[in-house]
Amino acid sequence: MASSDVARHPDKGVRPLSLAGHVGFDSLPDQLVNKSICQGFCFNILCIGETGIGKSTLMDTLFNTNFENFESSHFEPQVKLRAQTYDLQESNVRLRLTVVNTVGFGDQMNKQESYQPVVDYIDRQFESYLQEELKIKRSLHNYHDSRVHACLYFISPSGHSLKSLDLVTMKKLDSKVNIIPVIAKADTISKSELHKFKIKIMSELVSNGVQIYQFPLDDETVAKVNTTMNGHLPFAVVGSTEEVSVGNKMVKARQYPWGVVQVENENHCDFVKLREMLICVNMEDLREQTHTRHYELYRRCKLEEMGFKDTDPECKPVSLQQTYEAKRQEFLVELQKREDEMRQMFVQRVKEKEAELKDAERELQGRFEQLKRLHADEKAALEEKKRMFEDDQSSFSKRRAAAQLLQAQSLTANGKKDKDRKNSGFM
Amino acid sequence: MDDCADIYGAEKMTKGPEVFPGYSSSAMSEAVVPDALVSPAVGSMYGEKAGGPTVDFSYVGIDAILEQMRRKAMKQGFELNIMVVGQSGLGKSTLMNTLFKSKVSRKSVLATAQEKIPKTIEIKSISHDIEEKGVRMKLTVIDTPGFGDQINNENCWQPIMKFINDQYEAYLQEEININRKKRIPDSRVHCCIYFIPPTGHCLRPLDVEFMRRLSKVVNIVPVIAKADTLTLEERDFFKKKIREELRANGIDVYPQKEFDEDAEDRMINEKIREMIPFAVVGSDQEYQVNGRRLLGRKTKWGTIEVENIAHCEFAYLRDLLIRTHMQNIKDITSSIHYEMYRVRRLNENNTAVAHANGIPEHHLAAHEM
Repeated sequence: MASSDVARHPDKGVRPLSLAGHVGFDSLPDQLVNKSICQGFCFNILCIGETGIGKSTLMDTLFNTNFENFESSHFEPQVKLRAQTYDLQESNVRLRLTVVNTVGFGDQMNKQESYQPVVDYIDRQFESYLQEELKIKRSLHNYHDSRVHACLYFISPSGHSLKSLDLVTMKKLDSKVNIIPVIAKADTISKSELHKFKIKIMSELVSNGVQIYQFPLDDETVAKVNTTMNGHLPFAVVGSTEEVSVGNKMVKARQYPWGVVQVENENHCDFVKLREMLICVNMEDLREQTHTRHYELYRRCKLEEMGFKDTDPECKPVSLQQTYEAKRQEFLVELQKREDEMRQMFVQRVKEKEAELKDAERELQGRFEQLKRLHADEKAALEEKKRMFEDDQSSFSKRRAAAQLLQAQSLTANGKKDKDRKNSGFM
Repeated sequence: MDDCADIYGAEKMTKGPEVFPGYSSSAMSEAVVPDALVSPAVGSMYGEKAGGPTVDFSYVGIDAILEQMRRKAMKQGFELNIMVVGQSGLGKSTLMNTLFKSKVSRKSVLATAQEKIPKTIEIKSISHDIEEKGVRMKLTVIDTPGFGDQINNENCWQPIMKFINDQYEAYLQEEININRKKRIPDSRVHCCIYFIPPTGHCLRPLDVEFMRRLSKVVNIVPVIAKADTLTLEERDFFKKKIREELRANGIDVYPQKEFDEDAEDRMINEKIREMIPFAVVGSDQEYQVNGRRLLGRKTKWGTIEVENIAHCEFAYLRDLLIRTHMQNIKDITSSIHYEMYRVRRLNENNTAVAHANGIPEHHLAAHEM
């Protein structure tokens, strides 16, 4: 594809040549454009801003459609991101637009981790592109590019300065995405205040080292307009999808009792500038910056983190393949070690359990013995008692028999006496 | 849809449309309502083509991206790497000079006193910066002197295949670097023009072998060289024979059938495929013909005009290569041939790098897809 920059002056081996006639390769840009038309374009915008600041309305206004957004509540426990993809078409250009909105940004009590979901989302998109790029069988030209190309950061129109949440978030994002700060609901600030506000914001950004997206100045055709626009950053925008009749035209505007704020009037707000810069002039550059700067940075960091290097300690180029193979071996060895470890642990656990069970069994056995002994003892005692009782019983019956005999004897003796007395009484 | 109801409601109250010109109250069903009012859920916007006057606030500007792309492309410049393969004396250099209307061939640049036929095949490339109407291109012509010139031409494709694969390798290495360049220099061979000597009979074994192997790694465009030695009937017969042989041997030359994207492409490419191989005549000298100065070859029996399609098919070749299919050629190289190489390369064990250079080609083909 169109690749290396052709040097302005011929370098070694490449000689400038003049053509004697019309060759025809001036149709190359047309061929390129035609191919792109067939493929369609892709653009992803991330909107960060507090709930209710006007993100969805601005998107609707920018792209002149109704994206069917619903209002979110202020009670989200965490910042979430909601991405929606739309297919737009204008004349013969098909655009696949993905709008990602933050939900619940700035609503929590503790906003320390607010930026994290956003950073994670951006990284996830880079990661999936990287994965696709590293695949062996890949299809990059069919890949739906979901990397965030532009990030509109909505600054609330306090008129004073940036909030610390803004600064922290933008600082975290400036190396990952092209940040375009916009002042939302700009119709609440007067012109003079706006001017001071803008200057304050820009100076704060500079002093905190936040790198926002600068419109490119290297192409002469657009350098002039880009330079002017760079001076108007951040854009103070007003969004509206309602129409109000002004004069004899219907314009997008917000109607107040004291007047009408026209969205597309450059005296009223910078909406037209934003649309111009974002879409008409620099869309391609945004995509390019995302791919060549932010994505490359992510890729570099990720691969270095995984341990890949371009040159080994002796400064000889190390092939990715070798490193990958080495890593793979390492990983397999590691896997094996872990497996062994796990097996050992398992065996040990089994042993432990076995010992435990044995102990329990022994204990149980002991108890059983004890109980058995107890039982035998009691039985013996009972036997003893029984014997004693029988002894008692037999001695008692003996005594009873003896007593009865005695009584019988004494009775017969008394009877004889009585008879004798009776007999004597007669005489 | 509520918007519609309001409009119709308003219509009845105020006499005639003052706000929506061209909108008639009677044709409610087929009224052309300006898009700005009906907001479809998934937007479909049109430029200010619909009826009404100046108000173009339904125009967003998305199609300006085409202009941006064009600007970017013009700024970056383009690159094209063409390889010419054929026996010596077939007019390769002349054809290159004719195609690009300037002295791009190696011979013209490094004029040596006597050009000896080299003992082995060499690969020599030379680059030029050319510009036309603001479009800059870096053209690299890769010459293969010595091809088919030896007595024993076995394996003469090997150095060429090695060269092509080396270019893929260089690109791959750059691509998998951690710190890689913003724009990877593209030295991959986009197109290989193979010159068939105008015997008039059929392809020689050398031609078949070479094209069979190379059509798998690069886009091959076969041309019949020095076609002014063939009459029109001989030419047609020769071409038919060549096409049959290509088909019989399973050689897929550019434009490849399997890469046609849609019906439109197929239609265009079928027409081209019916004309392959192009019978070309090259010349970098101009002659006066009918009051015009034309590129041609002057002989005693007439002047052959190079750009006259009644005389030879140079114009078709030029149109195919440059004016219509150049981007497509580069795309097929980068997205198909290069990807195939990459898959092969990443799948193999990290031992023999030289395996892909033609020698165990059949061994490779067994692995492939």
